[in-house]
Amino acid sequence: MKKFLNNLKGPNLKNTLVDNAMYLILLSILVLVSIVQPLFLSTNNLTNILMNSSIRILIALGVSGALITRGTDLSAGRIVGVGAVIGGTLLQRPDYAAKFFPGLADMPVLGILLLAVTITALIGLVNGLVISYLHVPPFIATLGMQSILYGLSLIYTKSQPIGGLKDDYTYLATGRILNIPILILIAIAMIGVMWFLLNMTKFGKYIYAIGGNESAAEVAGVNIKWTKIRVYILAGLFYGLAGFLLAAKSGGATANYGIGYELEAIAACTIGGVSTAGGVGKIQGIVSGVLVFEMLKTSLQFLRVPSDLQYVAIGTVIVIAVAIDIRKYLAKK
Amino acid sequence: MQHLDIILAMNHVSKSFPGVKALDDVSFHVRRGTVHALMGENGAGKSTLMKCLFGIYSLDEGEILFDGKQVHFHNPEDALKAGISMIHQELQPIPYRNIAENLWVGRYPSKKILGLFSIVDHKQMKQRSEELLKRVHLNLNPNTLLKELSVSQIQSIEIAKAISYNAKVIIMDEPTSSLTQAEVNQLFEIINALKNLGVSIIYISHKMEEILKISDEVTIMRDGKYIGTWLAKELTMEKIIKSMVGRELVNLYPPKTNVPGEVSFEVKDLTSTNPKSFKNVSFSAHKGEIFGIGGLVGAQRTELVEGIFGLRSIKSGEIYLHNKKIEIKQPHSAVKHGLALVTEDRRGNGIFGVLSVRDNVAVASLDDFVQFHFILNNAKLNQLAETNIKKLSIKTPSTKTKIQSLSGGNQQKVIISRWLAVNPDIFILDEPTRGIDVGAKYEIYSIMLDLANQGKTIIMISSEMSELLGISDRIMVMCEGRLSGILDRSEANQEKIMALATAYM
Repeated sequence: MKKFLNNLKGPNLKNTLVDNAMYLILLSILVLVSIVQPLFLSTNNLTNILMNSSIRILIALGVSGALITRGTDLSAGRIVGVGAVIGGTLLQRPDYAAKFFPGLADMPVLGILLLAVTITALIGLVNGLVISYLHVPPFIATLGMQSILYGLSLIYTKSQPIGGLKDDYTYLATGRILNIPILILIAIAMIGVMWFLLNMTKFGKYIYAIGGNESAAEVAGVNIKWTKIRVYILAGLFYGLAGFLLAAKSGGATANYGIGYELEAIAACTIGGVSTAGGVGKIQGIVSGVLVFEMLKTSLQFLRVPSDLQYVAIGTVIVIAVAIDIRKYLAKK
Repeated sequence: MQHLDIILAMNHVSKSFPGVKALDDVSFHVRRGTVHALMGENGAGKSTLMKCLFGIYSLDEGEILFDGKQVHFHNPEDALKAGISMIHQELQPIPYRNIAENLWVGRYPSKKILGLFSIVDHKQMKQRSEELLKRVHLNLNPNTLLKELSVSQIQSIEIAKAISYNAKVIIMDEPTSSLTQAEVNQLFEIINALKNLGVSIIYISHKMEEILKISDEVTIMRDGKYIGTWLAKELTMEKIIKSMVGRELVNLYPPKTNVPGEVSFEVKDLTSTNPKSFKNVSFSAHKGEIFGIGGLVGAQRTELVEGIFGLRSIKSGEIYLHNKKIEIKQPHSAVKHGLALVTEDRRGNGIFGVLSVRDNVAVASLDDFVQFHFILNNAKLNQLAETNIKKLSIKTPSTKTKIQSLSGGNQQKVIISRWLAVNPDIFILDEPTRGIDVGAKYEIYSIMLDLANQGKTIIMISSEMSELLGISDRIMVMCEGRLSGILDRSEANQEKIMALATAYM
């Protein structure tokens, strides 16, 4: 803190501002909106923002591994959808009239969660295999997967919306432990898991190495194919969990759940300083990227910006935020 | 000589970066129609000076006079337009575009159709490209894709481009670092032809023999300061080294103390799947031996070691380690078997530019730092980096510094530390001292000898004749993908190596 304050003096001021641009943007949104709409700062609203962010953070954590290795994952949103419809179809109330599987017994929530993330991890495995062994660029491989999964989800759900989820499933989204929403606790735990993987394991170091210079990583004996496969499996796990929670939170699911989430997650990561050139990206950046994004969305609602115009505003902010943030990586003349 | 007028004068130039004074009152004068060599160790300030000239950096103090007038270049384009061109050490061709497009990109000759639309005039472009190619002695069709050309041909294309800008001054940064002797001679012919047309060349190189041969004047820098300018004919290698390092370097090579033992590594009849690459190569290297591999560029030496290391596919042949046959399909199995490869292209497949010095050191040996099955011991990783920084006297502000901000010699030492941490038996070094200054070279030779003394096997590819002769115990020479001979240290000399290097041509 003292160092931070010292930096605020003299010629370092500009650098300090640029280096912390993301946090300053976050702060100024908060201040601005709360002046216009004091209700913005209500516990209720802030909790709401954090709960919305919780699910987005899981998706961003998943896609960040792909981004750091110079890949991408356009199937993220669709895998979220898969997680949602698996949870939705298998965890309806036993007495619900329009049950998807009428004869289905009462299933345990934890068991179905495991099933959902196993399936989404397998989807991630397929992504990883196609990228590593068939050498299909990640952009195309996951674009194809996106379409395949959308079709399969529609076939599986017969294009019907699913409702009537049982209480101990929706409790995941409504419940609290020590007065903190379970959703937020799960997100914090997963942030911890990803931080640990990236910073404290070989796997994490290899992710950065591959993103930093794939040829050099190969020469240094890094198993490139296996590392990338694990990145996409891990991503599948995160998306599956996110989808499962998304259905619980909204009390239902359709095959359309999660549509476009991959682009929001990629945007949030980029806002948070994950370089698309690879090798660069930190957990705190990813988390603050998602928070900026969600806060911006809520702020626009609070400011009563017409919803059509909100898209324009969000797009503009993404570009401006990245333009400011990227300055710290540009070579200083 | 003295009567030729000065085309370019940089007077009292200073430039500081946070924490360092990169240039301190440097003056540099180039005469019209001469070759002026700029020398100094890595970090002496040569590139900074050239970047100031080229408008990439702004000057803190001082002035630049070009053709008698004071100039202020704000970017490389300004400099190009004024008549200053630069041929970078790392050439930047557009591989899937043809020669003509590479020459004229950004300023395509155009013509109007229907008096309205401006379109690219391909006919004129081809014609003007042909004229340019003739001037650099290249007999090629302008429609050839750049990816088909050799490094020296691409370099000639860059020179042609410089000529097309009517450059009065051409900067060449380490132009011969990847050329064969024949190609170097050809480059010198082109340089002499340019001189006769009144073009001045600023020639940056570490190779002293070349500089003494091609340049008229030599300016030497050290630690960001101007040391002096001499006529090349008044200089000797000893004098240059003394001015560059600021002390007398008695020997270029440390004394040979290693004693080769029994055979540790054997390659039998190795043949690449690529018919143009290496074929039927067999050799054996010993414990404690420095085994040199010489040959011209294009002799497929790099391809051979990359084949051994699992980076390229092999059609047939066998590899033995300590008399046991081993299979290497992937580089990570090579590493597991105890092989290490320091590659030729440091930036391409050596360093992780955006990662810290620590992570660059640790990346290959992470297995040794895992506790409780999968948690890395970061404190020990820091220690590893610290130890190596001390042991190899790597100059870096901290272990957290990004490796890309280190000089070439220090980057190379980081990569060597990476492999020292793995403790392999077989070290393969591909052009280990390329683009590295005299002082750092000596240190790298010392490390190699140290390793040999510990019983390691060192296989070293080098294109520098004196290095091969100075440090190797035996020298294997290749030509056109084939082994043309293996010479013992006692019998090897420049002539014999040259004869073997051209044996099948």
